[in-house]
Amino acid sequence: MRVAFILSEIGSGIRRNLSMVTSVILVTFISLTFVGAAGLFQLQINQMKGYWYDRVQVTVYLCVDNSFAASCAAGPVTDDQRAAIEAKLESEQFAPYVDTVTHETQEEALGHFRDQFANSPIVDSVTADQLPESFRVGLVDAEKYEVIDEAFSSEPGVDAVSDQRDFLETIFRYMNWASVVALAIAGIMTFCAILLIATTIRLSAFSRRRETGIMRLVGASKAVIQLPFILEGVIAAVIGAVLASATLWGASRFLIDGWLVNTFPQTAFISSQQVLLLVPALILLGALLAGLSSLLTLRRYVKV
Amino acid sequence: MIRFDDVTKTYDTTAQPALDAVSLDIDRGEFVFLVGASGSGKSTFIRLVLKEDRASRGAVYVAGQNVANIPSWRVPRLRRGIGVVFQDFRLLPNKTVFANVAFAMQVIGRSRAVIRETVPDVLATVGLEGKDNRMPHELSGGEQQRVAIARAIVNRPGILLADEPTGNLDPTTSMGIMKILDTINQNGTTVVMATHDDDIVNTMRKRVVELRSGSVVRDDAQGIYVGRPEVLAG
Repeated sequence: MRVAFILSEIGSGIRRNLSMVTSVILVTFISLTFVGAAGLFQLQINQMKGYWYDRVQVTVYLCVDNSFAASCAAGPVTDDQRAAIEAKLESEQFAPYVDTVTHETQEEALGHFRDQFANSPIVDSVTADQLPESFRVGLVDAEKYEVIDEAFSSEPGVDAVSDQRDFLETIFRYMNWASVVALAIAGIMTFCAILLIATTIRLSAFSRRRETGIMRLVGASKAVIQLPFILEGVIAAVIGAVLASATLWGASRFLIDGWLVNTFPQTAFISSQQVLLLVPALILLGALLAGLSSLLTLRRYVKV
Repeated sequence: MIRFDDVTKTYDTTAQPALDAVSLDIDRGEFVFLVGASGSGKSTFIRLVLKEDRASRGAVYVAGQNVANIPSWRVPRLRRGIGVVFQDFRLLPNKTVFANVAFAMQVIGRSRAVIRETVPDVLATVGLEGKDNRMPHELSGGEQQRVAIARAIVNRPGILLADEPTGNLDPTTSMGIMKILDTINQNGTTVVMATHDDDIVNTMRKRVVELRSGSVVRDDAQGIYVGRPEVLAG
C-alpha cells in the first residue's frame, strides 16, 4: 500500500513538474555522456598500453661516421665494441630485463627504411652507410627502459638508446588530455545537474507543500514524506544515465566498430561490448548524484 | 493526557514570551476550551503539543511522555496520536472528500481494505454520508471543516486539537461543528479547542482556560468566556 502510495506521489510530482524533470534528464544525460567519454578514453589508453608495451623495443643505435655523441668520438663502431655491447646485453647482469636481442645491420636498416617510406622520393637518396646499425632489445618489462638507457648510452660505440615508448607516450599524452577535457566538461555539467536537481526538488516541494504539511500532521514518517521527492530526482537522473549509455554505445558502434577498426586494423580498439561495462557505473553515478543533491535540498526545504 | 509544567516559549529573545510559565493539566477524555485574544498564546500551545516547536523552558508531557525526550524519528508516532483541525481546513483541493480522508491513512501505511472500510464510517460520524466523491470546492465551509475533522480522527487519535475550527464559519454552521466535536469527545477523545468565539464557549459549558499575553489568567470547569471585557466595561 505504501509502495503504491509513494509511486502515485512520484507520478503526480513528475506530472506537475514535467518541464523541470525534462531538463534534469537532459542535463544528466549530457554530463554523464562526457563522464562516459572520459572513461572510454582511459579504457582505450589502457587497451593500447597493454597491446603496445608488449611489443615495444629499445633500440641501441651504434656509432656511424657522422655521429656526434661523446661516446662516438673515436669514429664508427669497431668490431670489438660491437661484440662488447652484445656480450653486455646478453650478460647475467641484464638477464632479468632483457628478453631478446637482435642485431640490425646497416643494409637491413636500409631495407626497413625503404619499406617504410616506399612512396617517398627520399628513398632513392639514402644509402646504407647513412643509417646506423643497431641492437633491437625486447624487454621483459617495458617500464624498465631506463635500466638499459643508463647502462648503454655512454658505452663506447653507442650513439644513442631510444625507446619506442617515447612515441607512444606522446599519443597517450594527447589521449589523456582529451579525457581530461572531457572530464572537465563533465565536471561543469555535473555541477549544473546538481544545481538543477536541487532547484527542481525545491519547486516540487513548494508545489506540494500542502500535501507534505498534512502528511507531517497526520504522522507520516520522514521516509514517506521525502522518498517521493528523492525518487523523482533519481528517476530523472537514471533516465539521463540510460540515454547517455545508449549514446556512448551507439557512438562506439559507429565510430569504433564501423570505422576506426577498418581504417586502422593494426591498432587495438575497445569494443562496444566494453562500453557496456560503463553502463552500471553511469547509472549508479546518476542515481547517487540526484539522491544526494535532493537529500540535501530536502533538509532545507521540507520540514519533517 | 496533556501536561504543561512551567512552560515558557520565547520566539525572539527580546520580545515578550508567547507562553509565560504556563502550568496546565488536561485529563484523558476532557473537553477544554483555550480562549484568549489573538496573540495570547493559543496557537503556541498547540504547536508545543505537536512538537512543532520546543519549549524554551519547562516540560510538555503528552500521554505521559516528555516531548522534549522524543527523538526526531519518533515524532511521527507522537503526531499519529494527535488529530489537528485548523481554521482554514487545509484540504487537498485536487482530491475528493474520500481521498482527502484516505490520504491520512495512506501516508501511515494502512491497507486499502482497511481504508475502504474505515473512511465511510468516519464520514458518517461527521455527517457527510454520500458526499465521498465531491471535490472540496463543491462543499460549503461547514462541510469542508467536517472533512478536515474526519481526516483528523480517521486514525483514532487520543487527542484532537482544534485551532479556531469555527473561525471562518457562521454561528449556525459553527454549532454543527461543535456537536461533532462533542460527539468525538463523548467517544473518549480528549479535545482541546482554541477559540475566541464566546457564544460557542458559553453554550457548551466546558472547561475554559483563558490565556492573556502568554499566561493562564483563568481556569474554570464549566466556565464562560467574555471575549471583550473592555467593551462591556465601557
